[in-house]
Amino acid sequence: MTEPLLRVRDLKTYFVTEQGSGTARAVDGVSFDLYPGETLGLVGESGCGKTVTSLSVLRLIPEPPGHIRPGSFIEFAGRNLLTLAPRELRAIRGNQIAMIFQEPMTSLNPVFTVGDQIAEAAIVHQRLSRRAARSRAIEMLKLVGIPDPAQRVDDYPHQMSGGMRQRVMIAMALVCHPKVLIADEPTTALDVTIQAQILELLERLQAELGMAVMLITHDLGVVAGSADRVVVMYAGQVVEQAPTPELFARPLHPYTEGLLASVPRLDAPPARARGRLQGIPGQVPAASDWPGGCRFHPRCPYAWDRCRVEEPPLLDASSGEPGTHTVRCWLLTEPQRRTARPPPLASLP
Amino acid sequence: MTSSAAALVEVEGLVKHFPGERGFFGLGRPHTVVRAVDDVSFAIPAGQTLGLVGESGCGKSTVGRTILRLIEPDAGRVAIEGLNVLTLGGRELRALRRRMQIVFQDPYGSLNPRLTVRQTLAEPLAIHHLARGADAERRIAALLEEVGLDPRYATSYAHELSGGQRQRVGIARALSVEPQFLVLDEPVSALDVSIQAQVLNLLADLQRRRRLTYLFIAHDLAVVKHVADHVAVMYLGKLVERAPAPSLYAAPRHPYTTSLLSAVPVPDPKAQRPRIVLTGDVPSPAHPPAGCAFHPRCPHPKKDARCRTEPPALREVAPGQIAACHYAEEPL
Repeated sequence: MTEPLLRVRDLKTYFVTEQGSGTARAVDGVSFDLYPGETLGLVGESGCGKTVTSLSVLRLIPEPPGHIRPGSFIEFAGRNLLTLAPRELRAIRGNQIAMIFQEPMTSLNPVFTVGDQIAEAAIVHQRLSRRAARSRAIEMLKLVGIPDPAQRVDDYPHQMSGGMRQRVMIAMALVCHPKVLIADEPTTALDVTIQAQILELLERLQAELGMAVMLITHDLGVVAGSADRVVVMYAGQVVEQAPTPELFARPLHPYTEGLLASVPRLDAPPARARGRLQGIPGQVPAASDWPGGCRFHPRCPYAWDRCRVEEPPLLDASSGEPGTHTVRCWLLTEPQRRTARPPPLASLP
Repeated sequence: MTSSAAALVEVEGLVKHFPGERGFFGLGRPHTVVRAVDDVSFAIPAGQTLGLVGESGCGKSTVGRTILRLIEPDAGRVAIEGLNVLTLGGRELRALRRRMQIVFQDPYGSLNPRLTVRQTLAEPLAIHHLARGADAERRIAALLEEVGLDPRYATSYAHELSGGQRQRVGIARALSVEPQFLVLDEPVSALDVSIQAQVLNLLADLQRRRRLTYLFIAHDLAVVKHVADHVAVMYLGKLVERAPAPSLYAAPRHPYTTSLLSAVPVPDPKAQRPRIVLTGDVPSPAHPPAGCAFHPRCPHPKKDARCRTEPPALREVAPGQIAACHYAEEPL
């Protein structure tokens, strides 16, 4: 079996809360592997810790108020990124591990041309001359499908549409041919026809350049179409992890099950199209006050006494190779408690 | 939809043009007008939902706001139960506003941060002389219960509530004056999926219980499929297709509708769907392409010179289904 490119173990990223009194355990013991060339989907709702996880990998967490706890471990190419000196880290960040962000407008610098911004990484990391970096920038714009790249290289971000800016962001991230691309909600701010363009572009570039992609999204549709494996996060923890076809065919964590039942589906048969959505009752608790026991128990339709007091570990549920499908749920030890699906949520008391 | 007798809301030939941006630091002459809404017509039968869909900048929100006269339209007719909304003034308009309300997308920006939930809900009751004092209190408590919020939140401020709770307050505010018609402008697109499901269920319950008529504006075609009886699709300020929801989803006639539907990601890794990826961006509504505005991006194999020069008219291509495409008989 191939070795993982990126190995995250027991990652804990905590923040001091605004009042200074409490600690928000935004990411609380997250472990996963990223293999060469694969797309790993990191899914969850707001506040589940998926973005903080990705920022922690690049050590982009502002300290204070945040800090990565001792004992956390992020291994890339045989080295622990968390103990690297700033200089060594800079040689990796933007070079071997690159990132694209959700908001292409605010992530680009408005006072530099897009060409300058793409060229910067090539000048810093690959010591290209200005002239060579500029032609590299034009090459990259062409690669990401921007028409007239030799002219557009001198555009400022405000002269471009949202979709084009996201292409520029991708060009910037890929200029040094990174081994890992972290894409944090790369299409969330875009219209659906532009989203389809960007997802197709990412797929094509990944095949051409052979990089691994960590795709962070709240959209289960995007994950189903793009990811090889999925990590589902809830309340700062991984609650389920499986290959994509397996996760959608056999979701085992009640949260994953609830998420899938919450989404209105374009492929629903007409008779079911207007039924009630299952939904998940209640809301995500605050990161400074996770519930005891299983963190999902207050919203879980199956919870019993054990769930309220004892936190479940990640249990193996693989049908094939061990460890490929893991679930943080006591139901795995007492499957008879998974009764028929509870009736759809009443929205009214 | 065709019989106007049963329609609660009728919109005919609605037009709204905005003057373009001014050049030269805001002092120059305004640029070309932006045709935000260009000859849009539809009707919504009482108790039903029309889904209005399209991408950013297509004019769908402007349609919702001009109907309520939050933005004054330039031309057209809007009637609610036969009463012309656009010619009313002063007191009559205020009386009419009791019958039509709006829920906004952003539950953070649409609530006054300095008011408690109780004050937010008491204001419309006072403005429309519906209730005061203990009577108002009772109605506020009933409203909160109806939208699924614990009455103890009456003393909370907006920042103390989650996004889903705020959206429930926004819905309660709209309901407080007992309207017949609600414009729902992207009411769930800012919410997480598990909360989105709760709010969609709530809107369905309220519609059934109060026999409400909805104009549901959204960009998410899966959400619209879930709520709408009829669907209208907009592109660059114009309606390009309108049909009963089952027909539109099963057999779209306009290539733009087909492309939009094929671009929606489906949460099923086994789904084998033909994916049409449109090239290019939505053109600026200040400079819409000649002929059919969709022609530069259109994937239809029959696309020809006629598409580039002759704007296609909206016409009935199947029972109850209208589309603006020269080749609507040969859909993609």
